[in-house]
Amino acid sequence: MHRVEGPEQLTSLSRVLQEKRQEQPVTVVVSSGTCGQAKGSLAVVDAFRRELDRQGLANKVTLRVTGCHGFCEQEPLAIVEPENIFYCRLRSHDVPKIVSETLLKGKILDELLYTDPISGKKVIHEAEIPFYRAQDRVLLSQNKLLDPCKIEDYIAIGGYTALAKVLTSMKPEEVIAEIKASGLRGRGGGGFPTARKWETCRRASATPKFIICNADEGDPGAFMNRSVLEGNPHSVLEGMIIGAYAIGAEHGFIYVRTEYPLAVEHARIALEQAREYGLLGKNILGSGFSFDMRLVRGAGAFVSGESTALMAALEGKLGEPRPKDVHTVEKGYGNLPSNLNNVETLSDVPLIINNGSAWFRAKGTAKSPGTKIFALTGKVKNTGLVEVALDTRLKTIIYDIGGGAIDGKEIKAVQVGGPSGGCIPAELFNLPVDFEALTEAGAMIGSGGMVVMDENTCMVDVARYFLEFLQDESCGKCVPCRLGIDRMLEIVTDITMGRATEKQLSLLEELGETITLSSLCGLGKTAPNPVLTTLRYFRLEYEAHIREQRCPAGVCRALIHYAIDPEKCTGCQVCLRSCPHGAITGERKKPHTINDEICSKCGICKEECKFDAVIVK
Amino acid sequence: MEPSKLDTILEGRQSRPDQLIEVLQDMQTQFHYLPEDGLRIVAEKLGVPPIEVIRVANFYKAFSLTPRGRHLLTICMGTACHVRGAQKLLDTVAGHFNISPGETTPDRAFTLERVNCLGCCALGPVAVLDGVYYDHITPGKLLTVINSVCRKDKKGKKKHA
Repeated sequence: MHRVEGPEQLTSLSRVLQEKRQEQPVTVVVSSGTCGQAKGSLAVVDAFRRELDRQGLANKVTLRVTGCHGFCEQEPLAIVEPENIFYCRLRSHDVPKIVSETLLKGKILDELLYTDPISGKKVIHEAEIPFYRAQDRVLLSQNKLLDPCKIEDYIAIGGYTALAKVLTSMKPEEVIAEIKASGLRGRGGGGFPTARKWETCRRASATPKFIICNADEGDPGAFMNRSVLEGNPHSVLEGMIIGAYAIGAEHGFIYVRTEYPLAVEHARIALEQAREYGLLGKNILGSGFSFDMRLVRGAGAFVSGESTALMAALEGKLGEPRPKDVHTVEKGYGNLPSNLNNVETLSDVPLIINNGSAWFRAKGTAKSPGTKIFALTGKVKNTGLVEVALDTRLKTIIYDIGGGAIDGKEIKAVQVGGPSGGCIPAELFNLPVDFEALTEAGAMIGSGGMVVMDENTCMVDVARYFLEFLQDESCGKCVPCRLGIDRMLEIVTDITMGRATEKQLSLLEELGETITLSSLCGLGKTAPNPVLTTLRYFRLEYEAHIREQRCPAGVCRALIHYAIDPEKCTGCQVCLRSCPHGAITGERKKPHTINDEICSKCGICKEECKFDAVIVK
Repeated sequence: MEPSKLDTILEGRQSRPDQLIEVLQDMQTQFHYLPEDGLRIVAEKLGVPPIEVIRVANFYKAFSLTPRGRHLLTICMGTACHVRGAQKLLDTVAGHFNISPGETTPDRAFTLERVNCLGCCALGPVAVLDGVYYDHITPGKLLTVINSVCRKDKKGKKKHA
C-alpha cells in the first residue's frame, strides 16, 4: 500500500523519488501521444527497449515514454538526457545507432538532428529550435518530464504539492480569492472568470455539489485537451481536487470524448493511482476532506460539450442543451449545483497555487492573463501545439513559431476558434491573441484551434465546411439553429456551385444575424461566425463565385476542370492507370487527355504526375 | 449477439438509468453495433423506456444500429484535414466502394465512417483503418492501402479453403 497519510509524507516521498531520478540521470525520453503513435512511436519505444537490453544498458539508462511534446510535425522524437539532445523523425532502425553511438560513446548523430529550415543549420537542443523558442510552455513543458501512467513521475516533479498546500494552509474562500487574483479565465471557449464560477457554486445552497471536467473536445482543429489529459492527467486531477475543496464538492466527473482512447485510458489509470495514494477518496492527505470522481465517456456529439447538454449526458440522457435561465452552477447534474471547467483551466490551477497569482498575472494582458495552448495546423510549416502568453501576436505564432507558409505560397488567413470562431485575414496578424481582441475581430479564442489557410484555400468552401459540420452536429431542438443553418448551407452551397445570385449574399447576412440572436445555446449563437467573418474579410471571393462562376483558389469542384498540359505530358501512362474512374485516355509516349464528363475531380492524377502536367483551370 | 456478454456488461448497472450511455458504449465495443434484441434487454434492465434507448442510440455518433464490416475505415473531416483535402479522400473512397459514409459494403468487408475530428490535426489529412493511423494520406495512397488489405483477405480465404 502506497497511501500517503499527510503533507510531510508527500514531501519526503517526492524527495526520495527525485533522488532516485538523479541517481540515474541518463534517460531517453520518447514522446508517444496519439500523434506520436500515429507516426510510429511505439515501434521506436520497442526498439529502444530491445537495444538497451541487447547493448547492456537496461539498468543504466532510463526509458521514459511520455505524452505529446507538441511538435507533431517532427514525431516520433526522442530526447537524450542529461545533455538534452533532440532527435526527430525517428524510425526504429535509427535506434541501435543512438544506443551505440550517443549513449555509449557520447557522440551526437547529425543526421537525426533537427534542421532549422531558415538557416539550414543542425540544431542540437530543443530550446534552440525556433518552434519552441518563442513559446512560453508552462503547462506543456511538463509533458516530457513524466510518464503519464506513473503517478510517481508526477510526484517527483512536485505534483500534488499545490493540493497539500491548499488542504493544510488555505480556507476554501482563500483558494477562490487566489484564483480570482490570478484572473484565470476559462480555457474552453467563452473565457468566463473561473473564480466567479467557483464562488457562485460555493454559495449555492443545495448539496451535494459536483465538479466536472469538460474533456469533450469536439472542436475540429483543437487537440490541446487531449494532449494535456493524455500526457499529464494528474495535473488535471490535482486542479479538480483543489476546485472541489474550494466549492465544497464531494463528487466529480471527467467527461472525455470516446474518440480519444488514449486520453480515456490514461485518465483511468491516473484515477486508480491517485486513489491508491490516498489523493482521492476519503480523508485526502489526512486532512479530513473527502472527494472522489468518475470517468464518463462522451459518445460523440459536439453539442454535448455545452454545459447543460453535458450534464444531461452525464445522467445518461440525450445530450441536448436546455435554456440557461438557471445556471448549472446552481442546478446542473441531477438538478444540483455543478461546476464545469475545461481541462486546460484545471491544470492551470496547481501552477497558480504553487507560484502565486502574481506569477500568472505577469504573463498576458490585464484582462487575459496567463498562457494558453493553441493547436497550430493547416497550411503552415511547423504544426503542433503552441503555448504562448495571451498578449502574443498572431504573426509571432504563425511566422516565428509556425515557420510561415508551405512551398512558398502566400498565407491569407487563420481560422481561430473552430466552428464558433472566425477567419482572421493576414492584414490583421498584428492582433494579440487575447479574448477581447479576437472577439472584436469577429473570431474568438474558443478552444484554441488555429488553422492556417493559404492562397489554395477557398474561403467560401471553408464557410460551407463549417456549416455542414454544424448542420450535422445541431441537435435540432430549437428552430433558428435547426432550420437556419440548413438555409445558410443551401445558399453557400449554391455559391460554391456557381448558381447563386448577389441578392442571396444579403439574405445570408440577415439569416446569420437572426440565428445569432435567437438560438438556444452557444452552438447556434456562434454558428454564423465562420460565414459572417469570411463575408466581412473575403467578400471578393464570394463575388467571384457569383459573378464570374470562378473559384479563385481552385477548390470548388463545380467551377474547376482538370486538364493535361500537352507540352509537359510525356505519355508515361501513370495518371491513366491511377485514375479510379477511367477518365484519362491516351497512347504511350503521346500526350493524354482527361474526359471532363467522367472526371470526378479527385485529383489523384495531379498527385501522381511527376511532370506537373496536370493543371486545374 | 451472445446474451451472456450483455449480462456481463449489465452487471451492477441494473435499474440505473444514468448508466445508459456507458452500457451502450460497452455494447458497441463488444458487438461493433447495437443489436435490437440487446437494446430491448437494456431498456428493461436499466428501467428506461425503449423509445428513449433508441433516441439516445440514434443521437450519438459512436453508436451504430447496423452491423459493421470486417474492416473499419474512418476518415477524419476536421478543419485541418479539410483544408488539406480530406473531402477528396472521402469522395474517392466512397466512389471506390460505391457506398456513402456510414454504410457498409454489401460483402460486409468495409465500413466507411467519417469523424468530425480525431485530434491529430497536425498530421492531416488522417485516415484510420482498423485502428492504424495513416497521416498525410492522399487519395492514391489510401487506395493502395485498401487494395493491399483486400489482397491479404483473399490470400487468407484461400489458405482456409
